[in-house]
Amino acid sequence: MTTEAIIYDVIRTPRGKGKKGALHGVKPVDLVVQLMHALEKRNPGLDTAEIDDVVLGCVTPVGDQGSDIAKVATLAAQWDVTVAGVQINRFCASGLEAVNMGAMKIRSGWENLVVVGGVESMSRIPMGSDGGAWAMDPATNIKTGFVPQGIGADLIAELAGFTRENVDQFAYDSQMKAAEAQRAGRFDKSIVPVTDINGITILDKDEYNRPETTLEGLAGLKPSFQMHGDMGFDSVALQKYHMIEKLSHIHTPGNASGIVDGAALALIGNEAIGKKLGLTARGRIVATAVTSTEPTIMLTGPGPATEKVLEKAGLTIDDIDLFEVNEAFASVVMKFQKEMNVPWEKINVNGGSIAFGHPLGATGCMILGTVLDELELQNKRYGLCTLCVGGGMGIATIVERI
Amino acid sequence: MSEAIRYKKDSDNIVLLTLDDPDQSANTMNDAYKTSMGKVLTRLEGEEGLAGVVITSAKKTFFAGGDLNTLIKVQPEHAEEFMAEVTSIKGQLRRLELLKVPVVAAINGAALGGGFEICLACNYRIAIDNPNIKLGLPEVTLGLLPGAGGVVRMTRMLGIEKASPFLLEGKQVNPKKAMAAGMINELAADQNELIAKAKAWCSENKYAKQPWDTANYKVPGGTPSSPKLAPMLAVMPAMLSKKTKGCYPAPEAIMSVAVESLQVDFDTANKIESRYFTKLATGKISKNMITAFFFQLQEINKGASRPSAIEKNPTKKVGILGAGMMGAGIAYVSAMSGIEVVLKDVSLENAEKGKLYAEALLKKRLSRGQISKDKMESILSMITPTGDASDLAGCDLVIEAVFEDRKLKALVTKEAEIEMLEAGVMASNTSTLPITGLAEASIRPSHFIGLHFFSPVDKMPLVEIICGNDTSDETLAKAFDYVAQIKKTPIVVNDSRGFFTSRVFGHFIMEGVGMLGEGLNPASIEMAAARAGFPIGTLAILDELSLELTRKLMLQTKTDYEAEGKTYVAHPAETVIERLIELGRSGKSVSNAGFYDYPETGKKMLWPGLNKEFVKSGKEIPFEDMQERLLFIQAIDAVKCLDENVLKSIADANIGSIMGIGFPPWTGGVIQYINQYGLQEFVQRAEVLAASYGERFMPPASLVLKAEKGEFYT
Repeated sequence: MTTEAIIYDVIRTPRGKGKKGALHGVKPVDLVVQLMHALEKRNPGLDTAEIDDVVLGCVTPVGDQGSDIAKVATLAAQWDVTVAGVQINRFCASGLEAVNMGAMKIRSGWENLVVVGGVESMSRIPMGSDGGAWAMDPATNIKTGFVPQGIGADLIAELAGFTRENVDQFAYDSQMKAAEAQRAGRFDKSIVPVTDINGITILDKDEYNRPETTLEGLAGLKPSFQMHGDMGFDSVALQKYHMIEKLSHIHTPGNASGIVDGAALALIGNEAIGKKLGLTARGRIVATAVTSTEPTIMLTGPGPATEKVLEKAGLTIDDIDLFEVNEAFASVVMKFQKEMNVPWEKINVNGGSIAFGHPLGATGCMILGTVLDELELQNKRYGLCTLCVGGGMGIATIVERI
Repeated sequence: MSEAIRYKKDSDNIVLLTLDDPDQSANTMNDAYKTSMGKVLTRLEGEEGLAGVVITSAKKTFFAGGDLNTLIKVQPEHAEEFMAEVTSIKGQLRRLELLKVPVVAAINGAALGGGFEICLACNYRIAIDNPNIKLGLPEVTLGLLPGAGGVVRMTRMLGIEKASPFLLEGKQVNPKKAMAAGMINELAADQNELIAKAKAWCSENKYAKQPWDTANYKVPGGTPSSPKLAPMLAVMPAMLSKKTKGCYPAPEAIMSVAVESLQVDFDTANKIESRYFTKLATGKISKNMITAFFFQLQEINKGASRPSAIEKNPTKKVGILGAGMMGAGIAYVSAMSGIEVVLKDVSLENAEKGKLYAEALLKKRLSRGQISKDKMESILSMITPTGDASDLAGCDLVIEAVFEDRKLKALVTKEAEIEMLEAGVMASNTSTLPITGLAEASIRPSHFIGLHFFSPVDKMPLVEIICGNDTSDETLAKAFDYVAQIKKTPIVVNDSRGFFTSRVFGHFIMEGVGMLGEGLNPASIEMAAARAGFPIGTLAILDELSLELTRKLMLQTKTDYEAEGKTYVAHPAETVIERLIELGRSGKSVSNAGFYDYPETGKKMLWPGLNKEFVKSGKEIPFEDMQERLLFIQAIDAVKCLDENVLKSIADANIGSIMGIGFPPWTGGVIQYINQYGLQEFVQRAEVLAASYGERFMPPASLVLKAEKGEFYT
């Protein structure tokens, strides 16, 4: 019989609003360490000597986030010296990839208890500051037809016929759902406030979202990728997607995910270790999948990844009660909904990254927590998390509430 | 054997090296250079008390560059030897710049390509301030990169951004501009001052070192990882792709070398440059481009298609009939070349309008500081507008540029021939009407010829010369000389409907429009042309030309065929053109609507109605097929032109297709395209296209035979 990967806890920091936000002055390692201590506090039986490994997603692992932040955090948290740590990077899916890798470690039977999650302090370590051949090496850039993700998002919209009004409406709805969820305190049980060295609270709730958002306000924002497109990226995209004559740039800071700071952790282990340490089982990882699609449009992975994970789980799309589809850009979620024919009522019921921001390395783990909380609240069974990922990749994870 | 580099030490212990290839009119990086350079370096390295080195040239140009005769022969299987060769040339230049004394380039003539790379390996560059001297690295225009350290040194000297136009576009500049760009350090008035300044610099800078060989060297503009440059790097390939559509490996390689070279030390950087250079030099596209733009263009301009026995006969006074856009353009380029012009139209007033066109072009040049006011006046005074045919008296060449109407052309021809010099040449600037037929109106058919200019005349570099059945060699020679006089490139073809260029170009247009008729997506059709390397899509160009005019030509051709007793097979594109005309969309100039809409503000956009009229939802063919159909259909017709003796030379075919009708330069021209595809592969592919898209793709028998024999078009 397979060992099940049981989720015992999922927690996160609130998301801080970029350079002017509350978390800009907090080091990424401290975001993780505070969550580590919170795990210990929330799970009194947790003996860190029982933790085999810490797997953390981080997309820009340089500077403050460099040199294997996972191991460094275990040391800073003064966890048992036997705890290992590894930092991974699957671009925007890093946080969910950490969850999936953790689940694989447990299901393989080779490890008993792992802490997984991710961190990204985007205000301190700018996206792309780790370089890389894909964008920065001309030979590779040319061979792969590199374009920034926003061009891909606009391309998805153009091909699907989504208008500026459509994507703004989606963003507006995300903000409204987010405001309602925040007002009703639906995230409270999983958010760990970030404090300073004196124990004074720095931030205790997500601060990027704008409940006062209006459609008029959204309509007034300038497209983010017009200039990039005009410089040449549109031409690269249209050379591949020759069936369209032009690319309308409709994504703006208002209908795309925000640049924020934050971290998340999950505690995953087998059943035996849970019993031994007196942990409460909340859910189990049913199946995981990664795949990849055409890299220039880049953001069409969620559909194929979802199909793949459903097949592995032996489930159908209708079996899933709630979906978390990362709101990297409005068109990504809209395409997913159209392609998979999922009722809107099941998707991102508490808003998403357009409202709250997308701390790259952490988001995947955060949405896993969000869906598990909501399954418990609604007394439902299956949740599915999926994200579009750089390079054309897609990732999906199915979780079952216990 | 005399040396390619002369060595002379003066009393100050400064050695003057004079580049002077004993066997060629220009210095190139041939064996003689390499051997001499090797000896010179060894001598310099052992020279007692050496105080400096000054390099200059004994030729009209400083140094011409790489040896293309050798380069054209290098194949992928020679990659290793070639790399070794390149490495040794670079090694010599490295030894030169590492001499413990100052080395100065005293540039007294054009230094392009390899020539400028030698200059870059010097510590200091001084050039004679003569605006006719060109400096730069034009390798990219032949599908190559500056492989003797040019990319590495330019990038380290100017930084990626500032070096880009010189490396990626092959931009050439005069010494003043080169100085402003930081490519050279100083100007000199003449040869004496040049050498004096060079020697003086040597005396004042005893410990000169290349910036990249000093301890505190920093790349101007930053390294690839610097926050200022990094965001630019991600978009640079896209900016290039927007221009080249992925057809040109050379600028891509140059960009790669520039960036990669800054990640490593100088010697490793040079190895990286050599690797990319070898890849380009052994590749097909550089061969295509060198063949066309160096060897074949040279052959044409040297007069390969001109009857050689006949003495040069420059035109002194040209008469131009019709002062429309073409006539006015011809008047302008003629006057610019110092030829007296009589510009005749039906009235003086009309003729003056034509002269205004020339004036407008000259004023633009004046405003850009390209000519003086006096020069402008003197050029304008060369053009005499008139409504009176008797003013054509004394013209030794008359070019008729009236509407494409046989009767009108006959009328003006007769009128002019009475007035002009009896020994002169009468030419028609028709783009389609057979010359032999037009010559019937001439009183001297042997003096009658076609001179097909392209629009706009002042910008297009080609003139297609068409010989009718009765055209004499003397007439051809005179026409050829005139084209050379106005500094355009002449190709010579025999008479046929549409001659060579218009005929082949017609197939390009019809193929694109035909694809729309098949129900294919119009945006894809236009992008297929762009991706194949054409400057403009078929639907866009037909809008420019007017659908109405094209239909007239179709009808005329049909009538002529029937009169000749031949069967006319309608092209699938014809119904599309007829339908658009029916819908009142006859092209941009006629109805401000065609395949495209032309909104008052903003860019033209494909007319959405095309989808309803023609596009079959879900109809798709491989995108590669769409691109190759546009290339193949022209190449196949060009072979037929050779078969029918319309074309007499491969060089004329290739150059004519690139310069006249926008055939993609990467191919090396419409016939070279077949060569580089491989004749057998081309035949096979043509048969596949024929099976899928129509008999018109069947390879002509002559081509099949050539392929079987394993031959190429030469």
